Amino acid sequence: MMNFSYARAESVGEAIAAVSGDPHARYIAGGTNLVDLMKYDVERPGRLVDITRLPLREIAATAGGGIRIGALVPNSDLAYDARVERDYPLLASAILAGASAQLRNAATTGGNLLQRTRCYYFYDVGAPCNKRAPGSGCGAIGGVNRIHAILGASESCIATHPSDMCVALAALEAVVHVAGPGGERTIAFEDFHRLPGDRPEADNTLRHGELITAVELPAPRFGPHHTYLKLRDRLSYAFALVSVAAGLELEGDTIRDARVALGGVAHKPWRVPEAETLLRGQKPSREAFGAAAERLLQGARGQGDNDFKIELARRAVVRALEQAAAATPQRQSDKSIN
Amino acid sequence: MPEGYVGGAQPRVDGPLKVSGLAQYAGEFPAEDLAYGVVVSSSVAKGRILRFDLEAARATPGVVAILTHKDRPTVTTDAESHQDQAAPPGLPFIPLLDERIVYSGQPVALVVAETFEAARGAAALVRVEYEAEPAVVDVAQRRDSAYDPPEKRDGVPPPPPPRGDPDGAFAAAPVKVSGDYRIAVEHHNPMEPHASTVFWRGGKLVVHDKVQGVTNTKAFVVNMFGLPEDDVRVLSPFVGGAFGSGLRPQYQLTLAVMAALRLKRSVRVTLTRDQMFTFTYRPDTLQTVALGAGPDGRLQSIRHDAIACTSTYEDYQEAVVNWSGLIYACDNVSLSYRLAKVDTATPGDMRAPGATTGVYALEAAIDELAYAAKVDPLELRLRNYAERDQNDDKPFSSKELRACYERGAEAFGWSRRSPEPRSMREGRDLVGLGVATGCWEAMMQPHSARATLTADGKLEVACATADIGTGTYTILAQIAADALGLPIDDVAVRIGDSSLPMAPVEGGSWAAASAGSAAQMACAALREEILKHARAMENSPLANAALDHVVFSGGRVARADDPARSISYADALKSAGRERIEAKADFAPDEEFQKKFAAYTHSAVFAEVRVDEELGVVRVTRIVSAIAAGKILNQMTARSQILGGVVMGIGMALHEESMPDRRLGRFMNHNFGEYHIPSHADVQDIEVIFVDEADEANPLGIKGLGEIGIVGAAAAVANAVFHATGKRVRDLPITPDKLL
Ligand SMILES: Cc1cc2nc3c(=O)[nH]c(=O)nc-3n(C[C@H](O)[C@H](O)[C@H](O)COP(=O)(O)OP(=O)(O)OC[C@H]3O[C@@H](n4cnc5c(N)ncnc54)[C@H](O)[C@@H]3O)c2cc1C
Ligand code: SF4
Repeated sequence: MMNFSYARAESVGEAIAAVSGDPHARYIAGGTNLVDLMKYDVERPGRLVDITRLPLREIAATAGGGIRIGALVPNSDLAYDARVERDYPLLASAILAGASAQLRNAATTGGNLLQRTRCYYFYDVGAPCNKRAPGSGCGAIGGVNRIHAILGASESCIATHPSDMCVALAALEAVVHVAGPGGERTIAFEDFHRLPGDRPEADNTLRHGELITAVELPAPRFGPHHTYLKLRDRLSYAFALVSVAAGLELEGDTIRDARVALGGVAHKPWRVPEAETLLRGQKPSREAFGAAAERLLQGARGQGDNDFKIELARRAVVRALEQAAAATPQRQSDKSIN
Repeated sequence: MPEGYVGGAQPRVDGPLKVSGLAQYAGEFPAEDLAYGVVVSSSVAKGRILRFDLEAARATPGVVAILTHKDRPTVTTDAESHQDQAAPPGLPFIPLLDERIVYSGQPVALVVAETFEAARGAAALVRVEYEAEPAVVDVAQRRDSAYDPPEKRDGVPPPPPPRGDPDGAFAAAPVKVSGDYRIAVEHHNPMEPHASTVFWRGGKLVVHDKVQGVTNTKAFVVNMFGLPEDDVRVLSPFVGGAFGSGLRPQYQLTLAVMAALRLKRSVRVTLTRDQMFTFTYRPDTLQTVALGAGPDGRLQSIRHDAIACTSTYEDYQEAVVNWSGLIYACDNVSLSYRLAKVDTATPGDMRAPGATTGVYALEAAIDELAYAAKVDPLELRLRNYAERDQNDDKPFSSKELRACYERGAEAFGWSRRSPEPRSMREGRDLVGLGVATGCWEAMMQPHSARATLTADGKLEVACATADIGTGTYTILAQIAADALGLPIDDVAVRIGDSSLPMAPVEGGSWAAASAGSAAQMACAALREEILKHARAMENSPLANAALDHVVFSGGRVARADDPARSISYADALKSAGRERIEAKADFAPDEEFQKKFAAYTHSAVFAEVRVDEELGVVRVTRIVSAIAAGKILNQMTARSQILGGVVMGIGMALHEESMPDRRLGRFMNHNFGEYHIPSHADVQDIEVIFVDEADEANPLGIKGLGEIGIVGAAAAVANAVFHATGKRVRDLPITPDKLL
């Protein structure tokens, strides 16, 4: 871990000015990811700008019937917020499927979006990694890649985005509000994270110095027909091998619309609108769900250790859609899968 | 207090210190002149160091020294002077010895600075250029070069010679099974990382080390650095878990001593969690078990062959296959154990070393045999019950395994198991029930102890053993309190100090029996002395009372037939003009007894799992572990040992796996986020049963139970997974992908 300077920002403007003026500066929120990476010498910021005192802690109703979540709302507060529990139980569930209670207390909404991959090679400065050290090669290709991507990977990187919350946000079609030296802008969730391509060092489309101020959700849609199903190597406190966030709009027993996002399979939460279209007008059935799963996983490719994820993801999608259709969402408390 | 403390449920006497943070661990002892060392680890697995670039690191404010192979204090380099009590044959690894790299993560430099932060920052700036050579870390790639270790490791019995005609009997057997079994590499990962704080005291060293044996560490430091005996004292009062990783002095100790000698000041070196993956581990072992039986499941042939990995520089050995000749009665047995060299650190003893590995394979194979013979797996084990140790052709000192099977089965509800695989369901889940046998040696070692009674009626027992979380403090206090009839609060236990009476490393589950026996002997000697002084008092009510006609209770010695006639210890000491009386005892195991009898602990482990068939998710919903381990000194600490062992067994069955990159020769998931041990959710209902077992190997009847809890646990879970799913996964851990 290297020396760094530390300053606490008192206003959004001050924070942005401090970071955008210094290429080696980083925002720090909960610190649950950034500090770990600094300990491993993966991140070596020269300056930390602490944003935890900024007034971005509110969950407010929007005119469109949705909510706007301040970037500093802790993951726990968000998951246990009464309105979120009622209107966006999918989001609450995904958050509670991740990390541990202590980490969720410290982790923030903005930080969760920006957490970095859990690729072993990325974390190990003794190993090659294009994301950490562009041009050094991808250690995971041909190496230990049990937790790596089966979709959207490139020759230079096969990492996955590890967040659970973001998978739900993708299915909920959130919008990210950011502020930067050039003013404010919004980014649709699907455009926020990116695929690795030949620039795996960039996880997302944020520019240096831009600050996430809020995440906005449109009006709730799925009622009780949602689920967040997370499959992992132990029952709790492990990142997803595969996860599925699913929401169905049902009219009688017909699916009017569907949203399905996969986690643990790509460099970003994975959505395929055509797969959702396939479900429209269908009656819930294993066949219909299987067809949607096939479409979601079209082009999936294993890397050796992770070949199993293709079949696991297919089955997980079917199960998750069954859970959503039956309005029996996956419980996160007792870890048994329904 | 008529019942006494031994055998009861005694909370840990050191518990308050631990939960209040007052117990100090090796990396916590403060010193005014303390400097901090941070280890730089090799990123290549094999080759040599070409050059260092230390400029940026040296320029870091606060850096006081950087030790490398080119710049370090001299150490003795002959193999002899490095042998520690737990060392296998070979030349132990010496950090910073020369430019050779023999495994990935090997320490190549120690950066020492005024603060931990400065040392750590500078360590990140050290640049090392290597010439790398191809490395092999997968023992399967070295299968063809396997060899019988020419020199055997002390204390590890090689496989017994074959008996009967195992090949012929296998060929003729009407029912047979055979399979290849493997367990992923596991790193010990105690919660407390390895650390050494070396106090420099004007040329003398006081070493605080995270270790399972201070006597061993002291000898190691003395020999390694050629120091006078009196100049080194080693302390390790508290150890935050070790599981065998603290049996041998580890490299952070050598580095800390080097730096202290070089700088003539106190130095601390604490390893990081990822560096906890750069020394000992449970060896990767390729096992094949073939069993032949009659139609009734009675064993006719057992063959068990193992190839275990070791490092290029030492021949680490453990008893893997011997159990297969021991646990069941069978006249035709062949067992083999060979080594193959890989480019990793030397593997080492990890909780029930050898048995955990070998018994897993045997017990999975026995389960396979039960299905092949269509005999209930528990019944099959009973049909093959060994009444005698056929390896050494001796009777057992005691063996209540049958009672373990019976009581365990009853508590578990084994009878509700339906025989066919995949025949039990609940909702979407397949339910499976499995059983396995566990076995571990009941060992003892020569051990000394001292007991001191002061005029205020307080007792201290002291010896150099360790408490690695097992409860040694507590059981010694119980034994001593009973021996002198004192309230346990009046007993102080001192351990973990090389200046105290000799103790071997705490391992092999021998500490309770050995230290406990020594403590009891020392206390017995004190009783004699108390009585001597009491009898010598003027008008003593105990005049002429013989030792076996008095009782020691409530701080007084009294006539057994007339308790009113008594004298307090305080008065006895006072009248003799003594502030304190002291007795030292040297315990040695009874060799005659050991020649006559085979001494083992046993267990029957029952596991229930639920498997989501479609998604491959396994939950271990219930475990019953029934243990026969001689006298149980303390129901609470004993239960904790078994619980911990069972949890490790669940981890072995389902989670733990150090994943090597075969090109880099490096374990990649070296952190607790990605090296999975069971979480709370993975550990559900565990019931521990201790069956009565009378044993006479030592006066207290102790066998020890730090290790028996893990043996068989992984097999019970794996067997339950088979019963649930009909899928036999022979390579652990059983992760979801293996069940899809
Ligand atoms: C052991 C462990 C297990 C975990 N398990 C899971 C899991 O199962 N599932 C899961 O989803 N997550 C898991 N996590 C990750 C956890 O969710 C993230 O670490 C957390 O969400 C990050 O939030 P933070 O506020 O602490 O971010 P920080 O660590 O403070 O920051 C992370 C990054 O975001 C940047 N940043 C933070 N806020 C802003 C902002 N407002 N605008 C711009 N940039 C910003 C920082 O500069 C930094 O680069 C785990 C973490 C650990 C340590
Ligand atoms: S997968 Fe990406 S993050 Fe992992 S080693 Fe390759 S480039 Fe680095």
